[in-house]
Amino acid sequence: MSTRIVVEGLTKRFGSFEAVTDVTFTAPAGAITALLGPSGSGKSTVLRMIAGLEEPTAGRIVMGDEELTVKSVQERRVGFVFQHYALFRHMTVADNVGFGLRVRKEDKAVREARVRELLELVHLEPFADRYPAQLSGGQRQRVALARALAPAPKVLLLDEPFGALDAKVRQDLRRWLDELHRELGVTSVLVTHDQEEALELANQIVVMHEGRVEQVGSPGEIYDQPVTPFVAGFVGAANVLNGEVIGGHVHLGSIRIPGAAHLDEGAAAAAFVRPHDVRVASGDGDVSAVVERVASLGWLSRVSLRLPGGETLVAHVPNDELHGVGEGDAIRVDLRNPKAFLAPHETSAREEITSPA
Amino acid sequence: MSAVATPKVRGRGWLLAACLVWVGVLLLVPLVGIVITALQPGIHVVTQTLSAPDVIHAVELTAVITAVSVVVTALFGVVVAWVLVRQRFWGRSLMNAAVDLPFALSPVAVGLAALVLFGPGGWLAPFFEARGIQIIFALPSMVLVTVFICVPFTIREVVPVLEEIGLDEEDASRTLGASVWQTFFRVTLPNIRWALTYGVALTTARAVGEIGAVLIVSGLLQGKTETATLFIFRAYEERQIPAAYMVALLLAAVSVTLLVVIEFLRHRQERERSRT
Repeated sequence: MSTRIVVEGLTKRFGSFEAVTDVTFTAPAGAITALLGPSGSGKSTVLRMIAGLEEPTAGRIVMGDEELTVKSVQERRVGFVFQHYALFRHMTVADNVGFGLRVRKEDKAVREARVRELLELVHLEPFADRYPAQLSGGQRQRVALARALAPAPKVLLLDEPFGALDAKVRQDLRRWLDELHRELGVTSVLVTHDQEEALELANQIVVMHEGRVEQVGSPGEIYDQPVTPFVAGFVGAANVLNGEVIGGHVHLGSIRIPGAAHLDEGAAAAAFVRPHDVRVASGDGDVSAVVERVASLGWLSRVSLRLPGGETLVAHVPNDELHGVGEGDAIRVDLRNPKAFLAPHETSAREEITSPA
Repeated sequence: MSAVATPKVRGRGWLLAACLVWVGVLLLVPLVGIVITALQPGIHVVTQTLSAPDVIHAVELTAVITAVSVVVTALFGVVVAWVLVRQRFWGRSLMNAAVDLPFALSPVAVGLAALVLFGPGGWLAPFFEARGIQIIFALPSMVLVTVFICVPFTIREVVPVLEEIGLDEEDASRTLGASVWQTFFRVTLPNIRWALTYGVALTTARAVGEIGAVLIVSGLLQGKTETATLFIFRAYEERQIPAAYMVALLLAAVSVTLLVVIEFLRHRQERERSRT
C-alpha cells in the first residue's frame, strides 16, 4: 500500500515571482519526509503541487509508477491535512470523515464501518455527531487526519498540521502522529517550519530556502553534516563566527578554528559552532573568553561569552559541568565540530540562539 | 445579545424616546394608515377588490415577474459572486463596480435605457420585430428591467461569505476525490445557503415593489401589462381609493412578512457564524 514519490525539477512561477525553483527529491515508500524551511521558502507550494492543488510551471511528479503531473486533484488519491483543519463546518464529525467515501459512491454500510474504524483510530468515537465548531483545535486536526485517511490514500500530505495549535497540544499530537505512522506505514510528506518537529518525526528531511532545495538527508546528516551555511544556521542553534581562511583554518584575530581545508586561502568564511559544542568544562581550551552572563535553563545553563575580538559566543553547558564558572571570569573554551563555509554574500551575521536543543 | 452592558448615560431615556418616535412616526404610522383606509368601507371591500379580474391579473403578473427575477438573479448571482471571489482576472474590479450600478441608477433611467434598446425605433428593435418577438410593452421587457434592478442583492450577500470561508474547504473536498460539481453542491452551497436565502428575500421584496422602470416599459396596458404597483397607481388616479389601498395593503403584507423572515434568517446566520 505504500508508494514512493519522486519529484523532479519542479518549478512554480506566480506571474514574475518564482516560488519554487528546480526542486528534486524522492520521498521513500512508507517513510515520513519533512519539507523544512522558513515561511516563504516554497515548501507548501511543493506540497500543493504534489496534491494537484497547484499546477507546476515545469517538472514532474511520479507516485509509484504513475505519472501524477497530468492527473487532476480528484484522480490522485492523496490525503491532505491542512494547517487550519479545513473541516466542513456544516457536517458532523462522522460526515466529515465519510466525505471521501461518499463522493466516491462507496456503499453506505462500507462507509459507516470505515468511519467507525477511523474514529476509533483517532480516539474520537464519542464525538461522531458533534460539529467541528464544538471541538478543540487538537480534536479538529485529528478529525481532519481521519478524514484524509478514510479513502485509503497512497500518500499522506500534511501542511503545517500542528501550526495552529498551542505548544502542549502540538507535542502530544506529534507523538501521536509518530505512533500512528508506525502503525499505518503510509508514505507521508510533512511541511513544517519547526526544525524540532522535522527532526523528531521525519525519516528524511528536505531543507528548503528561497524556493530551492538546500540539502536532502536523514535528520542526523542534516544536523551533523550541513552542506550549506543556511542549513547549518537554520537547523539547530549555531554561533556564527566570521573570519578569513588561512592555512585551512578560519582566523578571527588570534583565534584559529579548524575545518576550512576545503576553502580557498584568503577567502571570507563563516564558522558555525553549536552551543553545546562550546566546551567550558576542561578549562584549558584554545580560545580565551570572558563570561558575560550565566542563565540557568533548568538542567543546563546558557553561558554568554565575549571573545577578544568582541564577538559573542553562546555555550550550552550541563549544570554539573559548569564547575563554578561565574560572570566576569576569564576562561578558556574549546570549539568542537565547527563547520566552515564561504561567508554568504549578504553579511548578516545572525547569532540566533533560539532553543536549548 | 442580551448580555450587552448598557452604561448609564445621562439623557439615555430621551435618546431612546426620540428614536422610538422617529421609527414609529416615520415607518409605522403610514402602514397603519394604509390598513385603516383600506378597511374603512367595511370588510366586504377585501373580497370585492381581491376578486376583481384586473386585480387578480395584476397580482399574478407581479408574481410571475418576481419569480423569474428571483430565479435568474439568484442563479447568476451565485456564479458572479464565485467568480469575483475565486478568480483573478483583468477587469475584475471593473466587474465588481458594475455589479452595484443598479443601486446607483434611478429605476426610471433603467426604463428609459430599455426604451432606447427595445422601444419603437430602438437599436435592437428591428432584430426582434423581424422575428415577431414583442419585447417592449410586454412581459419580456418588464422582466428584463426588474432583473437588472435586482442584480446586486444576491451578489452582495454571497460575496462576503465566500471571502470569509476561504478556499480550504473546497481544496479539501477536491483532494478527497470530489468533482467540481460535487464540491459546489456539497461544500460551497451549504456554506452560502443563508446568505443566498437572504439575497433571495431582498430580491423578492424589491421586485414586488418595483414601479419606476416597469412603468416606462409596460406601456400601461390595463389587464395586460399592469402589475400590482401599476394597478395601485391607476386605481388611485381613477379615484378607486379603497381598491388602491387594498392592493397596497397586500403588497405591504408581503413585504412585512419578508422582513420578518429576513430578520429570522439573519439571526440564524449570526448564530451559525458565532459557533465557529
